[in-house]
Amino acid sequence: MSAIDTALLERHGLTRDEYDRIVAALHREPTLTELGIFSVVWSEHCSYKSSRIHLRKLPTTGARVLQGPGENAGAVDIGDGLAAVFKIESHNHPSFIEPYQGAATGVGGIIRDIFTMGARPIALMNSLRFGALDGRDGARTRRIVEGVVAGIAGYGNSIGIPTVGGEITFDDSYAANPLVNVFCLGIARADALVKGSAAGSGNPVYYVGAKTGRDGIHGATMASAEFDEKSSEKRPAVQVGDPFMEKLLLEACLELMRTDALIGVQDMGAAGLTCSTSEMGSRGGSGIEIDVSRVPQRETGMTAYEIMLSESQERMLLVVKKGREAEVEAIFEKWDLHAANIGDVMTDGILRVKDKGAVVAEIPNSALVDAAPVYDRPTARPAYLDRVATIDPAALGSGAPPDHTFAALLSSPTIASKRWVYRQYDHMVRTNTLVLAGMGAGVVRVKGTDRALAMSTDGSGRYTYLNPRRGAMLALAEAARNVACAGALPIGATNCLNFGNPERPEIMWQFVEAVEGLAEACRALDIPITGGNVSLYNETDGQAIYPTPIIGVVGVIDDASTTLSRTFKQRDDEIVVLGENLGELGGSEYLRTMHGLVQGQPPALDLAKERALISCLVRAAGERLLQSAHDCSDGGLAVTLAECAFDTGGIGLDIDVKGVGSLQQTLFGESASRAVVSIRPEHFGRVLTLAAELGVAAVKVGRTGGSRIRIAVDGVRTIDSSVEEAERVWTSALGRYFAGRAA
Amino acid sequence: MKFAVVVFPGSNCDHDAYHAAKHVLGQEAEFVWHKETSLGGADVVILPGGFSHGDYLRTGAIARFSPVMTSVTEFARAGGPVLGICNGFQILLEAGLLPGAMLRNRDLKFHCEHVRVRVEQANTPFTSGAAVGRILSLPIAHGEGNYFADPETIQLLESTGRIVFRYCDENGTPTDAANPNGAMNNIAGICNDARNVVGLMPHPERACERVLGSADGLVLFESAVSAVTAHGALHTATA
Repeated sequence: MSAIDTALLERHGLTRDEYDRIVAALHREPTLTELGIFSVVWSEHCSYKSSRIHLRKLPTTGARVLQGPGENAGAVDIGDGLAAVFKIESHNHPSFIEPYQGAATGVGGIIRDIFTMGARPIALMNSLRFGALDGRDGARTRRIVEGVVAGIAGYGNSIGIPTVGGEITFDDSYAANPLVNVFCLGIARADALVKGSAAGSGNPVYYVGAKTGRDGIHGATMASAEFDEKSSEKRPAVQVGDPFMEKLLLEACLELMRTDALIGVQDMGAAGLTCSTSEMGSRGGSGIEIDVSRVPQRETGMTAYEIMLSESQERMLLVVKKGREAEVEAIFEKWDLHAANIGDVMTDGILRVKDKGAVVAEIPNSALVDAAPVYDRPTARPAYLDRVATIDPAALGSGAPPDHTFAALLSSPTIASKRWVYRQYDHMVRTNTLVLAGMGAGVVRVKGTDRALAMSTDGSGRYTYLNPRRGAMLALAEAARNVACAGALPIGATNCLNFGNPERPEIMWQFVEAVEGLAEACRALDIPITGGNVSLYNETDGQAIYPTPIIGVVGVIDDASTTLSRTFKQRDDEIVVLGENLGELGGSEYLRTMHGLVQGQPPALDLAKERALISCLVRAAGERLLQSAHDCSDGGLAVTLAECAFDTGGIGLDIDVKGVGSLQQTLFGESASRAVVSIRPEHFGRVLTLAAELGVAAVKVGRTGGSRIRIAVDGVRTIDSSVEEAERVWTSALGRYFAGRAA
Repeated sequence: MKFAVVVFPGSNCDHDAYHAAKHVLGQEAEFVWHKETSLGGADVVILPGGFSHGDYLRTGAIARFSPVMTSVTEFARAGGPVLGICNGFQILLEAGLLPGAMLRNRDLKFHCEHVRVRVEQANTPFTSGAAVGRILSLPIAHGEGNYFADPETIQLLESTGRIVFRYCDENGTPTDAANPNGAMNNIAGICNDARNVVGLMPHPERACERVLGSADGLVLFESAVSAVTAHGALHTATA
């Protein structure tokens, strides 16, 4: 195999050192097929070689955790003998190259991860990051946004899983490297979770789903490298999704899982047949032998190398009990799917690949998995941190009038209503959606029980850029707070860590800081991480994105009828701010929108206070004391109050708050651990008592009423706008960037 | 009485229609797989929403060839009440049980939101419990709901009172602004000449419980129950 030279290794994204490791583990040189297999299993995307040692710092256990990291998705106990199975994953690189298919196949991939666990998927969400719509690459960004949104809609709508929420931020940091993080949640019987492991010598290995083509070869390797001007040439590495095929697979697999004929199942995601066979064998402590000539193929003349590395979508690998083949095949036939027996489980712990009987790869699991490289990459605190640490007061001046700023923030695409987007997503199918898209956290009821599940995905790249440790902590805190605002107790989280090139010490420093911050916040808020995904090399032409940890938190509402949304319900309710305003403008949307600055320290986070606020919200909601609750974040108190008035048919508010520093700090500062709640007058006293018991600051700031948004600071009216006018600005801002009828 | 909910490969509102009939109304309901040739003695047949066969080729174009459609056609010809919702409506159009066709929404985008429709006709088995002029708040979720037919067909539908639902504003006026997809004459739903086959783009099964934002869709199911009860087992499908 002297043909293996440096150029070949480079094409496979392997270093010379990694190649030497392969030779040492195999005690010989690999065949080309074996080299291909190693290259994808050892890619950053599949092996987590740069992140693994740090991810171990995350708390992953808890009384409710049924499945932590390591399987296709995590699972938590939600009571009634049921489990919530959920995970978030990135599809960043493909979505930049081919937005529609990149996003669509991202949705398809995360759905497969959920039903592979034996769960019926019941909700989708997504966190998206794009460049500025009117920035230097505005035209391209708008095209990417349209493609990504259409791709998510095209896949999720067709397969019939509601997209119940999500969030979008626009910032030029993502102009050449958008982020598409997709989250899926499913429900399974807690005692019937399915594992992705192969066991039982002689048990047949089945392949089911779409045929294998040449699409997506080296997709995992692509996701493990930076972009440059040649990236568009990588288009063939993006797969094409077929949601109809996936719908059939979903129904057929769930039907099969109701029998006891199944041993294990794994979807073929990144690195397709290679990862699924090696991971199933490795998890089950067994070997898998397959013959690629028995793999259904879409194209003629495919080599073993191509078949093993293809990332064609909508394919599953199953191990079933010997003797039950006919039963299994009949279920797939019913759904017009062909299940092909491509091999068997062996006891020898070896992944053996044959082509028409001839062995083309023979790799012990130990070589592929145990010998995989794990890097403790060097870190260095980035120099930029000192440059951005403080806000230059001279740059701020005296600031624009608050009402002008208020309108500007409402029309900032990051803050503006995302109706133009979520209207394209079927967010109601399955008739479980209790809080409609755009009205707060995503909330779905669990039919057959009294419960509902709330979910939220959050993360601020700007905060994390300014202070990686605190930024990650704030991401978890905000997601947990959002879930609590729906009345749900947060019980588990999944993370998607989007960073730049880990081979650069400054990026690695951001990553380590963020993971450690996240770990600390998870422990303090008692929310374990049950799985997730790391996406590195989010750079183009050497320019990294803001470090962006996206955290998805799932919470449980024991009585679904206590569910809350963000909106005021009637006039003459008391409006109370829970938590303290510290007047913090660092990293705020205000600084970015009004001054073009990304500076200062992100808001301070006192985890004990955050935990108290969450308890307060959950208990008050459970006792039916609240009419609405809304997390105070982007745009600060003024924007949060306005959002409580939107989508209510024009219920106004009259507020007087105590000033903290300047008017801008008071109105637009983004201090953490705050929520705006509305309360019927008769429950007002009880809420204040509860807040006092839990040590949560609670200040009555005014009442709902009229049809104007009136906000005074220390008795002086600073904002006075009709709800209708403000809502028009907020609702129409996003749609105006896109062709066709505005929202 | 019994509802049959036909399941095509790619149906995805089948569980929702079943839930509405069985758990909200408390009636019998049964899924009928598209390869079946019997409707299992059902009194009412629902073709649910979704993306049958992925909506590849054309919405509803492949589903109409499913074996079960022969039974559905016979059931309809015998006067049995048939409701096609969204993709089910599209299938009824392709099967020739209702006239016309669907174009893509005029802004070429999928729309999922609550809209208002006005009940135009109460003399169908699915609207007998609703007064003409009643405004219902129902969700839509479709990319191809832009109803189209030739002028003669539109004229016929208008003159024979076969337009059952029309998109309207809060006053019940069928304005262009209230039309979410560009459908001709704001048509949201129609019936056949015998009035027992009704198709509509909005999703009444998603609006049967207050907690989901609207219970206005219940009237379609309740009307069907009354209609069947009033007729006894006259139209019961052969087992």
